[in-house]
Formats: sequence, C-alpha cells, structure tokens
Amino acid sequence: MPLKSTWTSFYTILRKDVVRIFRIWPQTFLPSIVTSVLYFLVFGTIIGSQLGDFNGVSYIHFIIPGLVLLAVVTNAFTNTASTFFQAKFFSRNIDEILVSPTPPWVIIGGFVAGGMVRGILVGLLVLAVSVFFALPPLMHPFVILLFLILSSMIFALAGLVNGIYAKSFDGITIIPTFVLTPLIYLGGVFYSVASLPAIFKGFTLVNPIFYLVNGFRYGFLGFSDVSLSLSISVLLLLTTILIAINWYLLRTGLGLKQ
Amino acid sequence: MKITNMDEPALTINNLTKTYASGTVALSGVSLTIPTGDFFALLGPNGAGKTTIIGIVTGLVNKTSGEVKVFGDDITTNPEQAKTHIGLVGQEVNFNPFEKPFDIIVNQAGYYGIPRSIAIPRAEKLLKDLGLHEKRDQRAMTLSGGMKRRLMIARALVHEPKFLILDEPTAGVDVELRRSMWEYLKGLTAKGVTILLTTHYLEEAEQLCKHVAIINKGSIVASGTMSEILAMHDDNDPKDGAYRAGKLEEVFIKLTQN
Repeated sequence: MPLKSTWTSFYTILRKDVVRIFRIWPQTFLPSIVTSVLYFLVFGTIIGSQLGDFNGVSYIHFIIPGLVLLAVVTNAFTNTASTFFQAKFFSRNIDEILVSPTPPWVIIGGFVAGGMVRGILVGLLVLAVSVFFALPPLMHPFVILLFLILSSMIFALAGLVNGIYAKSFDGITIIPTFVLTPLIYLGGVFYSVASLPAIFKGFTLVNPIFYLVNGFRYGFLGFSDVSLSLSISVLLLLTTILIAINWYLLRTGLGLKQ
Repeated sequence: MKITNMDEPALTINNLTKTYASGTVALSGVSLTIPTGDFFALLGPNGAGKTTIIGIVTGLVNKTSGEVKVFGDDITTNPEQAKTHIGLVGQEVNFNPFEKPFDIIVNQAGYYGIPRSIAIPRAEKLLKDLGLHEKRDQRAMTLSGGMKRRLMIARALVHEPKFLILDEPTAGVDVELRRSMWEYLKGLTAKGVTILLTTHYLEEAEQLCKHVAIINKGSIVASGTMSEILAMHDDNDPKDGAYRAGKLEEVFIKLTQN
C-alpha cells in the first residue's frame, strides 16, 4: 500500500473513532470526571487533611498525578478494547477493515491513536478539575507530556490485545475488573512504595502502573520512588512487546478469523 | 496506485483445503478458475463450502492449504495487493447500525486509501444509483432489508473493484428489488467487472451467469459453462407427475443429493 494511501487508511480509522468519542461524550468524558471529583474530595480533601506531608507536599498534591494517570489508562484501555470488540462481536463491521488492504500495523496505529486521544483528553480534563482542589505544581512539563503519551499508548495497546482476543462480552469486562483495577490500586497512586513492607515492594516492581505513576509524579512534583531512566526503559520495553503481540494477532487472525 | 493485471484470471484457486478448529472439513481440494469479465455462479447446498471459499479469498478465513490468486496476486504472499481488486457483499449485514449510509461508504473508501475528496462524490453517485440517496443521513438501522443489501453493494463498489463477490445478495429481498439489482449488476459486468455470485435462486443464476461451479460437501462436483452444465439435464427426469423445476435446479439436485 503506498504511503499516502496508508495515511488515508490510518486517518479514516482514527477520525471515525474520534467522531464517536465526541458524539457519546456523556459516556466517554463524564464518568472519569465524576469519579475524580469524588477521589479529590474524599481522599484529597477530607482524609488528606488529616494526614501529614508526603516528601514535603500535601497528600492531595501527592495523589493528583496518580489520579490523572488513573483516568488516562482506564480510558485508553476501555476505548480500544470496547471499540474493537464491538466491531468484531456485535455488528461484525470489523470485516470492513479486514477485507481492505489496510496492513495490520496501520490497524494497530489507528485504533491505538483513538484510545490515546480519549485517554489524554480525559486526563487533561481531570487535571483541570484538580485545580479546584489544589493547584498542582508542574516541575517538568516535558516529562509529564512524555508519560502522558507513554501511559495512554501502553494501555491503548493492552486494550487492543484484549479487544482482539476476547471471545465474549465477559472477556472484555474481566480484564479491567480483575487485572487493571488491582494494578492501578497497587501501583502507588495513593501511597509511596517506600512505605510498603519488603514483600509487597517486590510485587510493585513488576507492576507497569508503578513506573507510570512515578514518572508522572516526577514530572509534577520532582521526586519519584524509582529512577526516571528505569521507568522509561521498562515502559518502552512493554510498548514494544504489546505492539508485537497486536501485530501477531492481526497478522495471523488469532481471535479474529476462523 | 491500484494495478490490476487483466491478463490473469480474476480468481485462480488450486487444491484449496480448509479444516476448522472443530475438526469440520469444509473444503477438500477445491480448484477453480474464474476468467476475467465473467459472471460466475458458485452454487451448492447450505454448508457446502461456498462461504468458506469466499472467506478465504477475501481474507476473513485462514486456509489450511492450497493456493489462491486474485488477478495473479497471491492472497498469502501479497494479501494487500490481492485485496485491492476485491469488493465483497457478504451474506450477513455487517455494518455499524448506528452509522449513516453516507459515512459507511466514505469510510470504506478510506480503508482502501481513497481520500475523502474522491470518496465523497463516489458515495453520492452510488447512493443515487442504488436508490439510497434520501436515506444518506439516517442511521443504517432504520433502513429496510432491501436497502441494507443495496447499501452493502454500494459499500463494496466504492473503491471500484475489478472483482465483485456477492454471497447470497438477494436473500430475503422482494422480486422487484431483485430484478433491479440484477440489472445493475449486469451493467457492471458490461463495464468489465468480474462477478462471483452465490445464490439459492437457481433460475436467476441460469439467466445471468456464463460459467457455473457446483460444490457439495467441500468438493467441486461440476464446473463449466452454463450450457455445459445444463446439457447434463435428463429431460426424462423426474418421472411424469413429479414436481418439475428449472433445468439448472434439476441438475443441481441430481449432483448434490448424495
């Protein structure tokens, strides 16, 4: 497929998804904002006011980066998982793309870009809402941007794996509930890993959310439980692995074709 | 840019086999050639393997072994190029019911790398030609059964394929609409488009198609020009007093009853 045609194909997949995201905004944008307001209110303002400082910052400042990231990863994941699965399972309109000459890497790019757009937009909205509770410092804006892109991309890729491979509606609800949610809550959104017993620290180090939260928190607050270069290395490795899995699934048709 | 080698047959299938994961043997050594410009009927009872062949040719089903070429382009080694030649009207309605007909057609063009500036006038023309223009901005779910079929034809034609595959396109469509669809499709063959048709309306196949292949239990049991197949008819069969159908139907029953 020539480069210009490839671009058109990518743009078509992305445009269609973005139009859908904005058309159903009460489903795509509102829930995360409402949840975040509750988190800021309960954990940040009510409980947080009774807690001491964390590394020299108030508790609400400490949790803002994690809560923004929570919105980014859940929205990026849900978007690609549900969009692809619905096209595959309910109306079977994924065939429109599968019969076309669109190569697998363009399909991955289009769907993942859609997930990233939703994840980043919702993340920015949550960040905007956080201003009403506490003004978050922005120590390293480029680091924030880098981790915003990495986190939305990784979880859009993971959502796509889920959407391609899921064989029933349960298949796309089980992963967010039993895998994604525990990873988020045990990834250091609400606490510093330094406060954990040694045995739980080991589990945390294999949790990708831990590296995302800490990199993101470094961007805002200037400190982290783990070095920035290690976080970036782990996340780039994870991105590469997820791209390879998606490419393999689409190339072979595993989970898609009989 | 799409290049179609018109010196090659539209479709060449050599020794194609397909065994599903369940162990069901759908195709056992099918070989078939469809000349360029032909109106070709692939007939067979339910479960004979017609849709499996179409699925393999269009990239929706993985073959077990064998070779398939579309205008000389191998679907395994050069799938993207092979797919540019094909337009598919599937057996089941498979578009997003929440989308508008206009968007469905324009997006389909996009997956083939056709920019919106070219796709939009093509979509407008197809909608007019197929009597759907009044419905262009209504949700696809509101269309009647016949309109949905016509929308699928419009979608399959937007990238101007040289090889159109119709898998039971008139199932559930009323007589008047069927006639207008056939007239439209005959017009396409006059312009050089090769058509592969599967249908259970054998009298229509008898009138429309130049060549025919009959498949039963995954194997081709007869193949040739329509007159060659009709010559297999025994005028003394069935016996006097028994129900007498069209010639092609009598041959079909005789070849597929075991």
